[in-house]
Amino acid sequence: MASSEEDGAGGGGSLEEKEKGRKRRLGALATAWLIGYNIAMTAGWLVLAIAMARFYMQKGTYKGLYKTIQKTLKFFQTFAVLEVVHCAVGIVHTSVLVTGVQVSSRIFMVWFITHSIKQIQNEESVILFLVVWTVTEITRYSFYTFNLLNHLPYFIKWARYNFFIILYPAGVAGELLTIYAALPYVKKTGIFSLRLPNKYNVSFDYYYFLIIVMASYIPLFPQLYFHMLWQRRKVLHGEVIVEKDD
Amino acid sequence: MKHYEVEILDAKTRDKLCFLDKVEPNATIAEIKNLFTKSHPQWYPARQSLRLDPKGKSLKDEDVLQNLPVGTTATLYFRDLGAQISWVTVFLTEYAGPLLIYLLFYFRVPFIYGPKYDFTSSKHSVVHLACICHSFHYIKRLLETLFVHRFSHGTMPLRNIFKNCTYYWGFAAWMAYYINHPLYTPPTYGDKQVKLALIIFLFCQLGNFSIHIALRNLRPAGSKTRKIPYPTKNPFTWLFLLVSCPNYTYELGSWIGFAIMTQCLPVALFSLVGFIQMTIWAKGKHRSYLKEFRDYPPLRSPIIPFLL
Repeated sequence: MASSEEDGAGGGGSLEEKEKGRKRRLGALATAWLIGYNIAMTAGWLVLAIAMARFYMQKGTYKGLYKTIQKTLKFFQTFAVLEVVHCAVGIVHTSVLVTGVQVSSRIFMVWFITHSIKQIQNEESVILFLVVWTVTEITRYSFYTFNLLNHLPYFIKWARYNFFIILYPAGVAGELLTIYAALPYVKKTGIFSLRLPNKYNVSFDYYYFLIIVMASYIPLFPQLYFHMLWQRRKVLHGEVIVEKDD
Repeated sequence: MKHYEVEILDAKTRDKLCFLDKVEPNATIAEIKNLFTKSHPQWYPARQSLRLDPKGKSLKDEDVLQNLPVGTTATLYFRDLGAQISWVTVFLTEYAGPLLIYLLFYFRVPFIYGPKYDFTSSKHSVVHLACICHSFHYIKRLLETLFVHRFSHGTMPLRNIFKNCTYYWGFAAWMAYYINHPLYTPPTYGDKQVKLALIIFLFCQLGNFSIHIALRNLRPAGSKTRKIPYPTKNPFTWLFLLVSCPNYTYELGSWIGFAIMTQCLPVALFSLVGFIQMTIWAKGKHRSYLKEFRDYPPLRSPIIPFLL
């Protein structure tokens, strides 16, 4: 699932208390790095948002939008690989596996679908997931940044734990429709597929692989969505108590 | 001679499950398990885990009551290990599967490669050799399970069989599909590559068998004693000088040989996954040797000499 809404993919956890305890253990250098990283990523996705808005206002169409923003998108989305590294080295306390799956699904959508299959780059569904990703990531990275700085404005917290209710299903829809649109081209061109005979004596069919990927959304989506809903209740409910104490 | 009283509580709920009065002081845990089964027939002895502490380690079957740190009224905590199945059954199903599945692909039974190829035979001699090697390997394993291995644990949880069979059967089907495929490409370096691979394979099979025999001779029939394995007169067992689990080293070598012979990527992947799993097992075994024997040879590594 590429929506990256799951509570793990970034620089901080959800509960402030947890965050404070964590920072005591986390070195100043690691904190500084994480703050810098999250600021850079927030900025990157803001640049993307502005570029997309400007393109649409100037041209009045989304045709060609992907082409103009693709470099920035690829750069910042690929940089999200560092989130997995953060988990792996332990400066972010989230499971490497969960973060890994999320980041790699994003990388997969960017590089192995949208970048590789040029014929689908002007589909509405691409625009759909681009808009969803941009809003999600701006919220998410700024949430982590402010959280790390110990000054989390309520509206960012609110946005992080409410936007997903709409954005998550919308993003999934965008991604699924994009993969679906890619299927005929994948079948026609045989891209990323390996056929027999070859000297490795193995074959791979990207077309069926994509169908399996699409099917895997069925069990995964509800799991992550309900996990987020549960997280939302916990965090936004706990919020009241924490504020009163302060 | 004073008798003991033993009460058995559920480790999770602390409910009293059973009370045994007049237990002989020299009764073993195995005997207590048998007594417990009488009141709870659904928990046969192999399913039972008895501990002194609800979260502690399971007591061994051969532990004797009066040697345990308990008063004359002993409290034991019971945990249900789930349905059990004997190791022999597990191994037989695990290994018979790949043997038969591979042969289905080798003989190209219908509905695999298309009607044109039904029951045809490959024109590449390496395909036939590979079939012989693969079958030989699993027949050897089956025979060893029946006649050579002595199992220290009688059973394992039933769910393991599903997991293990998916792994062994699935990989066997995946490998066999490509090796016996009508569009199979024979090895790049031809006969030279096949011969070298065959030598590696046979050498490692012999080595693996030698280690299994050595391990069998280490443990007298019916006993559960554990000893440090040492090299014997058989040169294949000299690998014991360098590694704790040479049987895994040889097993890995066999699969590398098979991968070179068939030049098939799925075989290489199977070797890799097997290597990772065997390394985990070997490290565990190595650690338990170190823990149990103070004079354990320091030169040995778990699976790969000097490295891993």
